Amino acid sequence: MGFPDRIERTLEVAHPPSAVWAAITTAEGLAAWFGQEAEIDLRPGGAARLAWEGGHVAELRVERVEEPSVFGFTWRVDSMPEDDPRRTYVEFTLEPTAAGTRLRVVETGFAQLPDDEYRKGFDSHTEGWGRELGELVAYLDAA
Amino acid sequence: MPPETGPDLESVAEQVFIALADPTRRSILAALAAGGPATATDLADRLPITRQAIAKHLALLADVGLVTAEPGERRRVRFRLRSAPMQAAQQFLAALARDWDGPLEALTGYLDRTAPRGEGR
Repeated sequence: MGFPDRIERTLEVAHPPSAVWAAITTAEGLAAWFGQEAEIDLRPGGAARLAWEGGHVAELRVERVEEPSVFGFTWRVDSMPEDDPRRTYVEFTLEPTAAGTRLRVVETGFAQLPDDEYRKGFDSHTEGWGRELGELVAYLDAA
Repeated sequence: MPPETGPDLESVAEQVFIALADPTRRSILAALAAGGPATATDLADRLPITRQAIAKHLALLADVGLVTAEPGERRRVRFRLRSAPMQAAQQFLAALARDWDGPLEALTGYLDRTAPRGEGR
């Protein structure tokens, strides 16, 4: 089957790295092409947020900021539960070329986490649920 | 290719897809998801499938790890849905569903509208 852990795209853009950098690291730029609304605190560990019509929201954590060549962030895997710890890492690399910029986007981590760990996380969740329901029953019984 | 890609995750996802390819197994899983743990007899009452067929499918689902057997009332075995393998399959689907081509096209369009051209053009 081939589990796709890594997604990679390279494009040649006819604009200097400074323009591409602004487009991918400022709220104004991100809101123009990525989300419909964007906020960003551009520093490692800073938070960024993208929002789309219909209420879809992506929360990003900025990981690497090396102007004007590397911008990296992590975000949750779409369709995973909110409390799922798994995040993928997205890195934009900008390289000046004669014609403008070579922009590379790499997203990794779709196949992360050893089986054991995710099983452990899962089991603690189900136990948690069982316990909570048990507590609810005990509470109702007492009332 | 990358070192962190576990062979386990892939085979787990593959087994989930095989399990889900069958409509009877899908309906069994859906019944367990909707109604919680149940015995083969409970499921036979709820679904238009014989108890024997349900038992056969439950055995396969247990092999794959999508359900676990646990002791129920009157020493009947109850089956409980396990979502961990689903999460592996979901992650596979998430990778396929991730769309970078659309946003990157939009990025190029945005730069063309607003940014200065590169020196070389």
